[in-house]
Amino acid sequence: MPVDVEARVIRNTRLSSDYNVIALAAPEIAAATAPGQFVMVKPGRGHDPLLRRPFSVFEVLRANGRVEGLTLLSKRVGVTTAMLFDAVEGDIVSCLGPLGRAFALVDPPEEAWMVAGGVGLAPFAIMTDALAARGTRTTLFYGARTGGELFYLDWFRARGVRLVLATEDGSVGERGRVTEPLERELRSARQAARVAGGLQASGNDLTVDACGPGPMLEAVARIAAARGARSQVSVVRVMGCGLGGCYSCVIPVRDGRGGRHYVRSCIGGPVFDGAELVWD
Amino acid sequence: MIDLSVQIGSLQLANPLIAASGCFGYGVEYAGTVDLSSLGGVAVKGLFLAEREGHPPERIVETPAGMLNAIGLQGIGVHRFVREKLPELRDLRATVIVNICGSTLDEYVELARILSDADGVAALELNISCPNIKEGGITFGCSLHGTFDVVSSVKKVTHLPVIPKLTPNVTDVAAFARASEEAGADAVSLVNTFLAMAIDVETRRPQLSNIVGGLSGPAIRPIAVRMVYECRRAVKIPVIGMGGIASARDAIEFMIAGATAVQVGTANFVDPFIWPKLLDGIREYLRRHEIARVADLVGTIDTTSREKQWISS
Repeated sequence: MPVDVEARVIRNTRLSSDYNVIALAAPEIAAATAPGQFVMVKPGRGHDPLLRRPFSVFEVLRANGRVEGLTLLSKRVGVTTAMLFDAVEGDIVSCLGPLGRAFALVDPPEEAWMVAGGVGLAPFAIMTDALAARGTRTTLFYGARTGGELFYLDWFRARGVRLVLATEDGSVGERGRVTEPLERELRSARQAARVAGGLQASGNDLTVDACGPGPMLEAVARIAAARGARSQVSVVRVMGCGLGGCYSCVIPVRDGRGGRHYVRSCIGGPVFDGAELVWD
Repeated sequence: MIDLSVQIGSLQLANPLIAASGCFGYGVEYAGTVDLSSLGGVAVKGLFLAEREGHPPERIVETPAGMLNAIGLQGIGVHRFVREKLPELRDLRATVIVNICGSTLDEYVELARILSDADGVAALELNISCPNIKEGGITFGCSLHGTFDVVSSVKKVTHLPVIPKLTPNVTDVAAFARASEEAGADAVSLVNTFLAMAIDVETRRPQLSNIVGGLSGPAIRPIAVRMVYECRRAVKIPVIGMGGIASARDAIEFMIAGATAVQVGTANFVDPFIWPKLLDGIREYLRRHEIARVADLVGTIDTTSREKQWISS
């Protein structure tokens, strides 16, 4: 069951002129959050902004063996994210959660490939910790417009995550979209597996988990399906409530009868099997 | 001991707080954040006979102190509601007000028949005011004859209290309250949302896929209070007030204006734990003003001329 916490800002770290990581003292939410779940956040008590905004939980903060809170990765794009960018230690942010369907985590020997675009990095820090605890081997494909918008690289490296980077301007990693190295590596992994003869064609040796812009998620789902790998994608929608009350955050999902129907991404997602979504 | 109960026709509510239709799913979604039996009532999302997909996203956009929505009444249809949701709502001991929508008069009547036979429905709210669908609904709610016909037709086939939900998108909402009363309505509820729109000036695109939508939230509250006040003076049946209630103070304002009960919608999105806070606030107010029954607060607006008060003091 979700709880609402008037969370104190523990610290607020600016990563660039747009991005920040804000740490909130909401241990009851942090302790209950699974990778991919989100919180609905409202800084300030007034009517601007009126509605809460959804954020994937980025990290669970632990100190001396105790959970002390959670962090959110935010990019300044509107009123709420501007307030989160400007927040200082001691400010209060209303935080409701944890909400939504989490990523299903794979166990060794299966590998987890994470694909993040921009602020879509958000679910993958908490995910990395959860996968590391299971001993699952992880790769992070991480793309952004420019190298200055790739964050936490040392954090991921320190946890043994293999990094594959791409930027649109080519300043760091490969030039272009991150789905290009993903497609190439998936193809070669499949060829290597065929040569070794050890892995099945069913694709249950590898799961691709993605979060980012819609076109990136569509590409990930298509690439994974083409190579027989399972994909899970965390979608970003405009949300009113986060609890299934308002029906604003719907996304078209295959209904199993050749048709489609709208599913509320707050309770049916935000993580969906890539194969079940209909891409417009 | 403060008595919070209120009477809507033959239906007694434990308190005047009702979760507004379209803002509370089918109620079961909120079972984890509020004890549904602690609410005066739960008005579930508007139902047609058949399932509906609703409009494509974007379906909501925030505006100053409010929000626009054009959901398009996505819903599971009355049959699945009775089969899948109603038993759970019964188990949760919710006082269920079912909001029904029709494309035709016959659809309202059929819905009323089906729900009158179902176990666990306390009242019917007639949605004749959704601004977001082309067919039916608001076409009845924008015509006095249409309103009269829907209410009287539904009344003929049900023993349940019938509450038409009125649109504010008319010149004189009180006339629609009167037409409802003449047709036998047990109460009226108002206001539904105000038809509105918002445009992204950079792209020059409407911010809702439906182009227009309904405005709700604190931004509309003063207009809604005025409309409740007008309806209260026009009819003898209870008026259920809503429109931007975000605190106990706001709920009390509606009751003073003449609302016997109130509905809360958008504020539940912001704070799904708002319900006990609202009840506590109403109790505190009644205690402070030494009012034993919340029903005694209804319509107590003092319109004595302020000028006169000035002279006499």
